[in-house]
Amino acid sequence: MNRFDYVRPRTVAEAVAAGAEPGSAFLAAGTNLLDLMKIGVARPARLVDLNHLPGLSSIEALPDGGLRIGAQIRNADLAHHAQVVRRFPAVAEALLSGASAQLRNAATVGGNLLQRTRCSYFQDTASACNKRAPGSGCDARGGDNRLHAVLGWSESCIATNPSDFCVALAAFDAVVEIEGPAGRREIPLRDFHRLPGSTPDRETDLAPGELIVALRLPGEAAGFAPHSRYVKLRERTSYAFAVVSAAAGLRIEDGRIAAARLALGGVAAKPWRATAAEAALVGAAPGADAFRAAAGLALAEAKPSGDNAFKIELARRIAVRALILAAAGTPARLPALPASPFAPIPGGLHG
Amino acid sequence: MVEVHRLRHGSNAGQPITRRDGLLKVTGMARYAADNHPPGMLHAVIAAARIARGRVAALDVAAARAHPGVVQVMTPGNRPALALHPDDKSVPFSFRMDLLQDDRVRYAGQPIAVVIAETLEAATEGAALLAPRYEAEAVEVTLDAPGAFVPEAVGVGAPPEEHHGDMAAGLAAATRRIEATYETPMQFHNAMEPHGVVAAWDGDALSLDMPTQGFALTQMRLAAMFGIPAEGIHIRSPFLGGGFGSKLLTGPQVLGILAARLVGQPVKLVLTRAQMYGPVTHRAPTRQTLRLGAAADGALTALHHHVRTATSRFDDFIEPAAGASHTLYAAPAIATSYEALRLDTGTPGFMRAPGEASGSLALEVAMDEMAQACGMDPLDFRLRNYAEVEPISGKPFSSKALRDCYAEGAARFGWAGRPLAPRSMRDAEGRLVGWGIGTATFPAMMFQAEARAEIRRDGTGLVETGAHDMGQGAWTAFAQIAAESLGLDIGQVEFRSGRSDLPSAGIAGGSAHTATAGSAIQAAGEQAIARLAELALADPRSPLFGADNIGVVARGGRLVRWDDESRRDSFADILDRAGLESVEGRGNASADAEAASRYAMHSHGAVFAEVTVDPDLGQLRVTRLVGAFAAGRIINPRLVKSQYYGGMIWGVSFALHERAALDHRSGRVMNADLGEYHVPVNADIPSIEAILVEEEDPHVNALGVKGVGEIGITGTAGAVANAIWHATGVRVRRFPVAIEALMG
Repeated sequence: MNRFDYVRPRTVAEAVAAGAEPGSAFLAAGTNLLDLMKIGVARPARLVDLNHLPGLSSIEALPDGGLRIGAQIRNADLAHHAQVVRRFPAVAEALLSGASAQLRNAATVGGNLLQRTRCSYFQDTASACNKRAPGSGCDARGGDNRLHAVLGWSESCIATNPSDFCVALAAFDAVVEIEGPAGRREIPLRDFHRLPGSTPDRETDLAPGELIVALRLPGEAAGFAPHSRYVKLRERTSYAFAVVSAAAGLRIEDGRIAAARLALGGVAAKPWRATAAEAALVGAAPGADAFRAAAGLALAEAKPSGDNAFKIELARRIAVRALILAAAGTPARLPALPASPFAPIPGGLHG
Repeated sequence: MVEVHRLRHGSNAGQPITRRDGLLKVTGMARYAADNHPPGMLHAVIAAARIARGRVAALDVAAARAHPGVVQVMTPGNRPALALHPDDKSVPFSFRMDLLQDDRVRYAGQPIAVVIAETLEAATEGAALLAPRYEAEAVEVTLDAPGAFVPEAVGVGAPPEEHHGDMAAGLAAATRRIEATYETPMQFHNAMEPHGVVAAWDGDALSLDMPTQGFALTQMRLAAMFGIPAEGIHIRSPFLGGGFGSKLLTGPQVLGILAARLVGQPVKLVLTRAQMYGPVTHRAPTRQTLRLGAAADGALTALHHHVRTATSRFDDFIEPAAGASHTLYAAPAIATSYEALRLDTGTPGFMRAPGEASGSLALEVAMDEMAQACGMDPLDFRLRNYAEVEPISGKPFSSKALRDCYAEGAARFGWAGRPLAPRSMRDAEGRLVGWGIGTATFPAMMFQAEARAEIRRDGTGLVETGAHDMGQGAWTAFAQIAAESLGLDIGQVEFRSGRSDLPSAGIAGGSAHTATAGSAIQAAGEQAIARLAELALADPRSPLFGADNIGVVARGGRLVRWDDESRRDSFADILDRAGLESVEGRGNASADAEAASRYAMHSHGAVFAEVTVDPDLGQLRVTRLVGAFAAGRIINPRLVKSQYYGGMIWGVSFALHERAALDHRSGRVMNADLGEYHVPVNADIPSIEAILVEEEDPHVNALGVKGVGEIGITGTAGAVANAIWHATGVRVRRFPVAIEALMG
């Protein structure tokens, strides 16, 4: 078999030290890493098992009204946590629209931030892939690339980030808490993932040994709770990655948008926060016209990376839909089909 | 011969009893092939080619052999000799195999070596360490490739061109004509249980645990390949985790048997999910062009169905996609034709409703397009062109309750009042809603089967035939037929099956297994009862003595005088007085050539679909499905409904989900896993109903059974596609339907 070392640190400090050794990979649930090891895409020399570390599995209320979420919290537990559902409903909806129930029961918050792309050329070790084997080229260019990136891609790499969770996190200004060999630091989630440029193998801002220990949702983001949604288009009703998706939040005061949050998924190597669109919405009356204009701004820089020009228009439309649904109000209960266009639409599409 | 009346009674055939193997399955106790671990067993793993055409220039066998736990590496250099070349096709239903005969690569995923090790992990790593170096050649894997030719035969020996009537005259007579081209993709077998084998040799005797849809054919081919007697090949296949046409003998399984030969120890070889996308056949892609002509009153005047499809470079299987056009609709002129390409893929093969699945999709959408052109309701248009006799042959149907299918399905679905124009219906929230119909059809076939029945001195029965439970419920349906044929309660009958050392039940394919093996069981049981009756009627001590011309029936473990129920004799008493341990009956079944020459034999159905489409986003969902099917006599309504559900769900998959994404440069399947090769999940099928329409068929076979395994997929994909048009006004002709096609 492919031999590797397995270490089970007892403290975060031990984990960081072990993780800093060359060839190490952190193991949380393994829902992505173990699959990649089986197909030969990941071949770590050492697995550093995080499952027995103390202190990474709690959700704490913060003085500012936010939440601090331990990196080992499972997706399903987070999605059903009463404070998350109440204060950050779009985050819960995004979580529940991803993967399958079995995977959500296992997958962790920290691991989700480090999900690798589903680009089939990345997963196929016989294909050229600059992300997997720097300098080898990109077989996705000119290949089967219908679902690849339309924003922020480069000649080196056109892969997308597959996470639903991260789209909502980017929209609502989540902060990543990191322990590393040089101590503790924080990165806003929206700056955590990198665009490919000429180094698509460097996917995040993490240095070797740096470990995600927690995620913070700021209390300020809870102000969007009455008008927060995540919407996702996919090629089957469940257990499929996003073709495109959007997280939107609005704060509406006196019939005007006082603040807006918008991020897109399935369009780039990172969750795509659309700040220009958000700025344009401030002061506008919530409505289709304002939303269309904002969505246009969000996709202004988009260009196809292959047979995927349709995704640009589709991303515009999903952004508009997410904003419409957010404006209509967060439903009292999460819909049975979270994030689906087939979930109930308050007021209907033409009402 | 004594007259033995047939009796159908409560507890057996016709009853919706639950699966007799259900408890085993839900508790994980059902033993599938790969669950076997004979002592000393080694694990074999295939190394599969990552190019689609060329040759293997080098393999690092030394590196693989040096890996701890690796016992042997099988390559073309040391593969045990075979008596027959892997390309030999003399045994029926044989396809050319890749058994390490040379260093050529003919498709991506082709086996190029087998690593045998003490553990699965060691064999897997050994296979990775082979690090093959290839000399690759340019590939063709799409229907745009050059070199189309007219195949010699399509499907299993059918002619590549058929016609009746005058096509030119038919088209000339039309007041409306349509011509449209439809594309279906390459689809791959994804049975839950991947192909595998546990093989053990003892001299020239071979013991196999292996899922198979045909014991006798598998024995025959293995015997010829290895030059060993077929009687020495023992195969156990009590359960298959799905077959769908892919589990006749396959090359990877033979490689497992060869590996066991090479190392002289039992070997297990099981394909990974990714390895299913290559050597175990697939459904060929098609590009089908339909030309229809219709008169002003909506009567078809011409139907031309041309199929462009593909086979492999090295073997022939031509998807018989135009077959449905021979049988479904009356037209004075019908013509079908084919052209094929050779691609650098594995050889396509039988995949649930081969031909009809893709062909009925194109035909049903074309019929919908013509109904639209004629301004007619699509159901009325189909009824207007209802075939009273089989159009291509002029033969009457052995039975055809399709009108009842249309009527019962339409009533249940609520079809009446459907607006003609598309984009006419919306749900409460403004999403577009559409309704579509598709006609389902599949031939009723018969193969050959034998069965043996015994009535034992304790009054119980034993029935044996080497049948195949692929998940469809053979253990249950055949036991019901066995019990009925013996006049016993099902609990009083021991049913043996799933092994090659029993009388041959033929192949489980062509939706013909219940009809064929069931008819053999029925005949065997009837013969056993007849022998028992002879004993009783000739025995002065029997209450039935002298009843010869009146006859008896078998019921509840007794023979009962037909005209006087008080005169009865138990099976046990009859055998006891005769001093016999048992009586035996043998039965066999095969196609009735005389009936087949006089009648066209098909199952039929009507599928109604409702789709809901988000008008801005193109996201769609099949919100309702109703199928009404007539397939002769139904042995077990519960199992049959499950067959229809499974088929209809596959139809949804065909219309909306399944597509092998081939990289056109490398020829590799880029979505060779169930995360990315989509099939429907539960949430895709919110509402599904199957209606069993009554149909009696006195000609098709002794049981009157037509078969239900494949018909559900036909008609359904067309119904979904037509519902999409009705919802959106967009006529999608390329499948699966992509979200961008419906963005509006």
